Amino acid sequence: MFAPAYLDHNATTPLDARVLEAMLPFLKERYGNASSRHEYGRAARSAIDTARQQVAAAVGAHPTEVVFTSGGSEANNLFIKGAAACLRPSTVAVSAIEHPCVREPAQELKRLGWDVHEIAVDAEGRIAETDFAAALAKPAKLVSVMLANNETGVLQDIPALAGLARAAKAWFHTDAVQALGKVEVDFRALNAAGVNALTVSSHKIYGPQGAAALVLDKRVELKPLISGGGQERNLRSGTENVAAIVGFGAACQLATARLEADAARLTGLRNKLEQGLAKLETLVFSRNAPRLPNTVFFAVAGIDGETLVAQLDRTGFAVASGSACSSVSPEPSHTLLAMGVSADVAKSALRVSLGRANSEEDVVRFLQALDETVRKLKGLAAVAA
Amino acid sequence: MLKFPIYLDYSATTPVDPRVAEQMIPWLVEKFGNPASRSHAYGWEAEKAVEDARENVARLVGADPKEIIWTSGATESNNLAIKGAALFYQGKGKHLVTVKTEHKAVLDTTRELERHGFEVTYLDPLENGLVDLEQFKAALRPDTILASVMYVNNEIGVIQPIEQMGEICRGKGVIFHVDAAQATGKVAIDLAKLKVDLMSFSAHKTYGPKGIGALYVRRKPRIRLEAQMHGGGHERGLRSGTLATHQIVGMGEAFRLAREEMASENERIRMLRDRLWKGLSDIEQVFLNGDLEQRVSHNLNISFAFVEGESLMMAIKDVAVSSGSACTSASLEPSYVLRALGRQDELAHSSIRFTIGRFTTEEEIDYTITLLHRQISKLREMSPLWDMYKEGIDLNTVQWAAH
Repeated sequence: MFAPAYLDHNATTPLDARVLEAMLPFLKERYGNASSRHEYGRAARSAIDTARQQVAAAVGAHPTEVVFTSGGSEANNLFIKGAAACLRPSTVAVSAIEHPCVREPAQELKRLGWDVHEIAVDAEGRIAETDFAAALAKPAKLVSVMLANNETGVLQDIPALAGLARAAKAWFHTDAVQALGKVEVDFRALNAAGVNALTVSSHKIYGPQGAAALVLDKRVELKPLISGGGQERNLRSGTENVAAIVGFGAACQLATARLEADAARLTGLRNKLEQGLAKLETLVFSRNAPRLPNTVFFAVAGIDGETLVAQLDRTGFAVASGSACSSVSPEPSHTLLAMGVSADVAKSALRVSLGRANSEEDVVRFLQALDETVRKLKGLAAVAA
Repeated sequence: MLKFPIYLDYSATTPVDPRVAEQMIPWLVEKFGNPASRSHAYGWEAEKAVEDARENVARLVGADPKEIIWTSGATESNNLAIKGAALFYQGKGKHLVTVKTEHKAVLDTTRELERHGFEVTYLDPLENGLVDLEQFKAALRPDTILASVMYVNNEIGVIQPIEQMGEICRGKGVIFHVDAAQATGKVAIDLAKLKVDLMSFSAHKTYGPKGIGALYVRRKPRIRLEAQMHGGGHERGLRSGTLATHQIVGMGEAFRLAREEMASENERIRMLRDRLWKGLSDIEQVFLNGDLEQRVSHNLNISFAFVEGESLMMAIKDVAVSSGSACTSASLEPSYVLRALGRQDELAHSSIRFTIGRFTTEEEIDYTITLLHRQISKLREMSPLWDMYKEGIDLNTVQWAAH
C-alpha cells in the first residue's frame, strides 16, 4: 500500500516495536480475565499492576492514583461528569481551546443545572491569569484547562492556574494527552500546585489505541461513568483490556526514557520546518508562545487548508487540517477562532505534528512538496479567475 | 499433551483465536491511522477496516450495520443502553423491569438509576433459572419504559425466552434490552425477527480481544438514547472517542468466524459437555444448577454437597474454573445467581462453573472427570458433615453448639 510520510503524530502514533512485543503474549497465550482467581487470571492481574506502576512512574504519580479507562475521551468524561455529580451545581470553567471531549461533557452539565464558562485565550492561545481569576469568581468549582493544545501545540502555565484554582477551592483538571512524551508531566509537582486530575492516553505515545488513564487525586469524589463488576476501585467497571494496558505501560516507560532526546531532536526538526515555511507565504500560529516541540500549525495565505491537505496526501505526506476528531465537519479550527483568527485565515490552516520516525529529509521533502503544491493550486486559481 | 492448568473458564474470557490475532496485528503495526483522520490514506484505510468489521458484527446478528455502535465492551454497552434509554424516555415513565440473575453491569446500572428516582422491579427466576413469562408480563406497567433480560446467563448458561419476551414488550410499548455478551457464537440471533430494541455484545467472550464491544440500537422502529460519552461526535454522536481499529478488526473477524463455525462448533462442544456431565453426575450428592435443556452447550454449573467451596477450588487447581462470576470473585459472597435459584448458601459456595470452548479437548474433559472424582472423595473423607449425612442424619435438624 502506498504509504505517505507520516506527519500527523498528534492524531495518533505508530506502535513502537517494543510495545508490540510486550503486548503480544496477552493477545495469545496469556488470555486470562484479571478478575479470575486461577493462574491465568493472576497473571493478567500482575501484568496490569506492573503497567499501572509504569504509567504512574511516567507521570510522577502513585499507582493508586492511576485509573485505567478505554481512552482519553472517556477519562475526560469521567472526571468532568463524575466530579460534577458529587458537587452542588455551580459553574464549570473550561478554556476556549479545549478538545471536544472536554467541551462537550462540560456542556452536558447544563442539564444538571450547571453554568458553563469558557475562559478566553489571547492571540497566542494562552490564558491570561486575570481572565482565569474572573472565571473562578463566578464561582467555578470545576475547572479544566489542557496542558498542551492538540492543534497549535501551545502550553499553558498550569501550575500558576492551578494555584489560583486551589485558593478558590475549585477542582482543577488538565488534559495532558498531547503533553505526555513531549514535555515533562509531573503529577506530584502539579498536584502540589493545585492540579487534582490529569488525563493521559496510550495512542499518543506510540502505544496501542484502547487504553488511557485518569490520574486522580484521591481527595476528589467521583461518580463512576460505567457501573458493574467494580474494577478500578469501582471507578471504572468492565473486564480490563490487559493487552492494551500492558502496551500503555510499556509505551510510558519508553517515552520517559527518551523524553529529553526526543524533545531536542523534534525541536530541531520543527525549527528547520519553520525556517522553510518562512520562505513561503505562511503564517505560523502561536510562533512565540511556549509550545510542544513537535507541532507546527500554520496557514498558507489564500489557499484552502482541506484542499492543500488532500493534495499533500497524494504527493506522499500525511498531515491534518486540524483535529482528527473534528475532521468530519469542515468547520474552521475553534482554537484559531478563539485566538481571534478570522474564519478565512483559519480555513487555510494546516497542522504538521512530527514524531520519532521523522527525519530531516522528511522535512526538506515536505517543504518542497508544499511549495510545488501551493504553486499548482495558485496556478489553477489564476486560470479559474 | 495436556497444558496445566486446563482452561475450563471460557465464560470468564476466551483466548483470542489465532486467526483473529493474525487479522489484528497489521492494524497495530503498519496500518496505524486514526479512522477519524479524513486527510490521509492512513485514516481512510482504517475507516474502511472499521466499516468492514461493523458489517461482520451486523451479519452475525441479523442487523443493519448502521444499527451497530462500537463501545469498549459489554459493560459499557449495558450502561449506555439502560441509562441512555431510561434518561431519554423518562418523560413516558420511570419504571424498569429486570431479573435478579443479570450481570452486575446491568444490576449496578439499574441501582444507579434507582438513586435518580427510577423504580426498578427485579424479577425472581424459576428454580431452573428461566424467567416465567406470565410473571414477566405482569410486571410490565403503563409507566414501564424499559425491560432488560440477558440472553444467556454467564453463571449457569441458561437461555431466556427472548423471542417471546420481545413480543410481550413490543405489545406493551416497552423498550427491550438484551445483554447478549454470553450468547454470540452460541445461539443463533436474528434481530430481523426478534423484537429486541437494544442488544449488548462483547468480543472477548467470542474469541475476540478484550476492550471492544458493541451495542445494537434498532432503527425500525427508531430507538433513541442519551449518549453517555461526549466529545468528537463519533458513532453518530452516540459514543465519542477515537476508535481502536485493531480491536474493532478483531471483533469483526471473531464474529465472522462465529457465523461460519457456530453450528459445527456447538455440536462438538455439546458432546464434550455431555461427556463431562455424564462423568460427574455419578458422584453422590451432586446438583446441576439451571435447566439442562434450555442451556448453552458450553456451560455446566454444579454444586457438590458436603464439600467446602474454598477447599474444593484449592483441590482442583489443575483446572482453571470459576466459582461465581469472575467479575465479582474478589469477594467471598456466595453467588447471587445461585441464591436467586433458591440454593442455600452452603451449596452455592460449593459450586463450580465449568465452561468449555473452541480449544477444549476430550483429553482435558477426561482428566477433569478423574480429578473431580478423586478430590471430592478425599475432601468428603475429611468432612464430618459427610459422615453425618452417610449415617442418615438430617443436618437441618441438628442444633449446632456455639463456640
